[in-house]
Amino acid sequence: MDAFLDQFFNAEVMLRYLPDIIDGLWVTLGLALAVIVTGIALGLLLAFIRAFQVRGVNFLIILFIDLFRALPPLVIIIVGYFGLPYIGIQFSGFAISWICLSLVLAAFAEEIFWAGITSVHKGQWEAARSTGLSFSETLGYVVIPQAIRMTIPPLTNRTIAITKNTALASVVAVQEMLTVAQTSLAYAANTSPLTLAAIGYLLVFFPLVLLSRWIETRFAWKR
Amino acid sequence: MSDTDTGRATGRRDPVVEALDIHKSFGDLEVLKGVSLTVDPQELVFIIGPSGSGKSTMLRCCNLLEQPTSGIVRITGEEITAKGVDINLVRQRIGMVFQSFNLYPHMSAIGNVTLALRRVQKMDAAAAEAKAHEALSKVGLDHKAQSYPSELSGGQQQRVAIARAIAMEPEVVLFDEPTSALDPELVGSVLEVMRDLRESGMTMVVVSHEMRFAEQAADRVIFMDGGVIVEEGTPQQVFRDTQHERTRSFLARVTDH
Repeated sequence: MDAFLDQFFNAEVMLRYLPDIIDGLWVTLGLALAVIVTGIALGLLLAFIRAFQVRGVNFLIILFIDLFRALPPLVIIIVGYFGLPYIGIQFSGFAISWICLSLVLAAFAEEIFWAGITSVHKGQWEAARSTGLSFSETLGYVVIPQAIRMTIPPLTNRTIAITKNTALASVVAVQEMLTVAQTSLAYAANTSPLTLAAIGYLLVFFPLVLLSRWIETRFAWKR
Repeated sequence: MSDTDTGRATGRRDPVVEALDIHKSFGDLEVLKGVSLTVDPQELVFIIGPSGSGKSTMLRCCNLLEQPTSGIVRITGEEITAKGVDINLVRQRIGMVFQSFNLYPHMSAIGNVTLALRRVQKMDAAAAEAKAHEALSKVGLDHKAQSYPSELSGGQQQRVAIARAIAMEPEVVLFDEPTSALDPELVGSVLEVMRDLRESGMTMVVVSHEMRFAEQAADRVIFMDGGVIVEEGTPQQVFRDTQHERTRSFLARVTDH
């Protein structure tokens, strides 16, 4: 039991590496928030464009979302970080992680928003169009606000699931929390920094889970 | 409104709605087989007929919610089925009220009414709200302006939907079975609002099964069956001096209930 405590809850090691872990926590938090904002915004934009039913454009959108839903995020990040430089495109590990995870979230979010858009009753379209609103105005003011409300529970679930993948940024040398914890673990020959990182992840993602619950109840409305 | 005023001043009174030889097919199914409909200013035209007779489709062809397969639709003389017509501009002049109300559930009653005033007629917020309050007062629901559709009864929802349509000051309002989704005790309030509208001189085309209301309020009744107009005339002519057997048997069936 002592060995266990010493290995996972070594106060001296924890204290020594706490500042580094906190630095990593900020990186994780920043990456997570950036992914959420750009991923959901891009997903919504794609769903909006898809609603116009332009055949060639929709083919590309569907190809993109199916590709990014099928590929493991880790593969996308590694290809982006190690592959792109060969064709002259080089981004930092942070930027690559941010872009790749945003694209993955956008792909899933688009599909969720799209399901919401198609489930809005046809009468809503007709009522809005009959007052002279254009197609895009109807989409923007009448259909998408309803679609978003309907899709909040699946969307928050998916957002949390994908955002947790920020830990994958450790493979492309981003100094996020897991990377820092692993480095500290090697130096200290002790797993306590990992415990700290686990606590750190809880600190980042537990509020996110609570926030999603709050949003779900806040935007649920009687039908 | 100014259009009809000038029309009146010069003595020229274009029909508000003029639909000529409208055909409409959905795939192999021909729903309208050459229907013509003319509605004069301030007229209340009632369209009755069994379900599947094409009466709703005909109504929806008047504001091009359904695109006719062939035929011409004119609104106050302007051919809206012509190429290059901005349908969004035309639809501001044609109000529509639906069987299932179709209020926007995420907006309050007043939000439902102001949306098109703001976005289509480009009114500023204050002017749009004033206009919306006026329209809600006309349907007797100004005190419910801040309520959401889910907080309103069916009859109240339909009256808000009517307010949404008339706030745009349309030249004609199309009613597509406005009371069919309502509990019987709520029908009266909606009919009352429609009667007030008629008193105020609104041109109206109503698809409905409210035969008593048709008899009291309509200028003209049209009976449709099988995608054609079978019989048309004053309520007296259609209901009392029925000419066609199909009309007679339809009337017998609906007045039984």
